[in-house]
Amino acid sequence: MRAQLTSNGKKIELRLYVAGGAPHSVQALANLKALLDTRASANGDHQEVGDHQEVNLEVVDVLEEPLRALEDGVFVTPTLVVLAPISARVIGSLSEREKVARLLGLE
Amino acid sequence: MTQQTQSPQPVVKTPTGIDGFDDITGGGLPRERTTLVVGGPGTGKTIFGLQTLVNGARQFGEPGIFVAFEERTQQIVRNAASFGWDLPALEKKDLFFLDARPTADVITAGQFDLNALLAGLEAKVKQMGARRIVFDSVDVLLTLLNDPAAERREVYRIHEWLATSGLTGVVSARFSGEAPLLSQRYGFVQFMADCVVLLSHRTQDRVSLRALQVLKYRGSGFAEAETPLLIGPQGLEIASLGTTAMDYPASEERISTGVDRLDAMLRGGYHRGSSILITGAPGTAKSTLSGAFVDAACRRGERALLVTFDESAAEIVRNLASVSIDLAPHLACGCLRIHAARTEAGSAEAHLMKLRHLIEEQRPDCVVIDPLSAMIKAGGLIPAVSVAQRLIHLTKTHSITLLCTSLLEGESDTEASPLQVSTVADTWIHLSYLVRGGERNRALSVVKSRGTGHSDQVRELVLSDAGIDLADVYTAGGEVLMGTLRWEREAEVAAEREREHAELKQRRKALELAQTEAQARLEIAQREMEARHAELAVLEVEIKAYEQAWRKRSTGLEARRSVDGEPSAMGHADAPKGKI
Repeated sequence: MRAQLTSNGKKIELRLYVAGGAPHSVQALANLKALLDTRASANGDHQEVGDHQEVNLEVVDVLEEPLRALEDGVFVTPTLVVLAPISARVIGSLSEREKVARLLGLE
Repeated sequence: MTQQTQSPQPVVKTPTGIDGFDDITGGGLPRERTTLVVGGPGTGKTIFGLQTLVNGARQFGEPGIFVAFEERTQQIVRNAASFGWDLPALEKKDLFFLDARPTADVITAGQFDLNALLAGLEAKVKQMGARRIVFDSVDVLLTLLNDPAAERREVYRIHEWLATSGLTGVVSARFSGEAPLLSQRYGFVQFMADCVVLLSHRTQDRVSLRALQVLKYRGSGFAEAETPLLIGPQGLEIASLGTTAMDYPASEERISTGVDRLDAMLRGGYHRGSSILITGAPGTAKSTLSGAFVDAACRRGERALLVTFDESAAEIVRNLASVSIDLAPHLACGCLRIHAARTEAGSAEAHLMKLRHLIEEQRPDCVVIDPLSAMIKAGGLIPAVSVAQRLIHLTKTHSITLLCTSLLEGESDTEASPLQVSTVADTWIHLSYLVRGGERNRALSVVKSRGTGHSDQVRELVLSDAGIDLADVYTAGGEVLMGTLRWEREAEVAAEREREHAELKQRRKALELAQTEAQARLEIAQREMEARHAELAVLEVEIKAYEQAWRKRSTGLEARRSVDGEPSAMGHADAPKGKI
């Protein structure tokens, strides 16, 4: 669970809110997956970054669960909520990958 | 624009329940369409939206959603509490607040859209059966997007969503410029709205003036003029006379003016429910007449409201006591209420609003505003006229008899009230000073009195310890005389009469004298005549004596000459006669 890696080996927990097939949402999911793929082999929603680091990604479709998004205070899509290793919120299509990578400690 | 041709059916409207707004728009907001409310900071945009929702939930059975982009929802709830709106009670079922403020620590990495918000709202609308929604304010959202293309795209997204949601929407937008609608930024926002309302706030004569103006209303007529707006204790109030016709009740009942002789001048007093204007220079006893009216009302057992400016209730009671008008018992029994206001305390609109609340609270039969000029002049003449008209409208619809005083200075405007209230007032009494002979006297005249005969004569208003009275004035040589001058003039005339009388008497004496003289002359002449008569008698005697003497002598001669013929004797007789 707690692997020593470039990102100090901490667990990464992410939740991405998307709006069905909306362009920005589709882009964001693609960008996030690409970012994680360069550092790990995809394994469904469960990914291993580097050797041991665990990545937990949940994708929430606001069109499927609209009230949940409202309760979570998510008003724009796509929104990436970082729960671990730090707490942060990123909005947008994640096209600026370096920014996201730095945030997640994946440089 | 292109939709105009395909909408022949009239626009359905949703009442906001905001005083006055539904009047000027002929029913409220366009139903199931979007209204844009624009205005600078602090102009009442948030309150407008919130009040629309609260009234919808409370009065019209329409639940609503408030989407706050700018203020914390707790803050909004707290502000609303100051208007007496119990939001927590409404929040359970009919009102939903969504705190959609952008979080400060959010990181932007690429483009995004509002799908999450709209999807969430959609679900919420279904869940609670919402009929109204407010977005406050959209400019915060636009700032977040920070990209003109994205702004446009997202505003259209909201517009599309609103158009298909079946909700009546209010979208507020703040601007801080002179011409909000010329700004590129809000140009397209305006276009998407069916109705655009502009709220403004400015300061004039140190008085805060708020206004509301409807700039656009697709498919509907509306009052285009800027209308005064107030943020009152119960929310927004929009000053509007409304579209209602003038259908006031007209009473034939007369009520006392408090001065017997004035009642007589007006053929019984003021009409109940009418409006009375008393104008005059400072100190012409306007307040005293007002006090007498209030006193009379309370004596009849009616409720009266006296609104004064820049004078305390205690001062008024004291001043009126000096002319035997005792208001203290009326205050004690609750018949009379004195509201002492400060002119500077607010705009004419604010004063009117306060008055409306006082009237609703006390339900008075008679209202006095002393002076009206102080109440309605704050903030310029244009609002003043409008306020005065609405004031009279307010009292007439409640059948309240309204008496206002107004300050008029100088001689020039005695016949034209600068406030034009005179045209609306039913009875107009003018008080003035006549200064002559080093004395000021108060004159009262009834300039007009609708629906009643009245004396056209000017009367002298006499104030004394005993109270108020009207005295007949003395007219002389086309002049109205009062006070000491009246007495002086009267004395003068009396002296004149005396002098004329004496003159006549003197003339009689002179004539009598002349007559006596003539009499005397007549007596002298009489004596003279008698004297002549006597002389004449003497002369007659002498003549007879002479003739006798002459006859004797001729008889003697005849006797001597009897031989000679007689006829010659006769001829001789003629000769001595001719000698005489």
